[in-house]
Amino acid sequence: MILCRVIGNAVSTVKLPVYEGHTVLVCRPVKWDGKTPNGHVFLASDSVQAGEGDLVLCAREGNTARQILADDDSPVHAVVMGIVDDIHVG
Amino acid sequence: MELARVIGNVVATRKHKALEGVKLLLIQPHDHNGEAQGDPIVAADPIQAGVGDVVQWICGREAALALPDTFTPVDASIVAIVDHVWGRE
Repeated sequence: MILCRVIGNAVSTVKLPVYEGHTVLVCRPVKWDGKTPNGHVFLASDSVQAGEGDLVLCAREGNTARQILADDDSPVHAVVMGIVDDIHVG
Repeated sequence: MELARVIGNVVATRKHKALEGVKLLLIQPHDHNGEAQGDPIVAADPIQAGVGDVVQWICGREAALALPDTFTPVDASIVAIVDHVWGRE
């Protein structure tokens, strides 16, 4: 699981039926300070009603994503699984 | 899952029989601003995207789940044609 900042969303009309009802968020991996970019932008399906600007917990692994979305056959590889309130280091 | 732009078609006459009937496209991954991220890759396309389309694609085991036969040996598939991307940092 990685920390990300939600920076936007992606809207699609033509898509696989399994994506109907999914909110797809544009996520930027960040370091624990919540600001410093830490990798390429990617897309993730939302499971927690996150929105732009939120610091979130993401999983970038298919089995985890399918379990969280409760669909064994979904072609989903990344999911937003929590909104981070606070981080304490040390 | 990432964004990409379709930049070409890939045609292979001789190929593994499991890939017969699978449409292949060349895609360039990019970010929300259209800036390239990494090198172009070849992805299976079950939704009839075309050159110039911005698409959402998926890699790994889940790529095969996007196809009619979920045991097709592919590691990247297109899952949606993106109408609009909104992002601000």
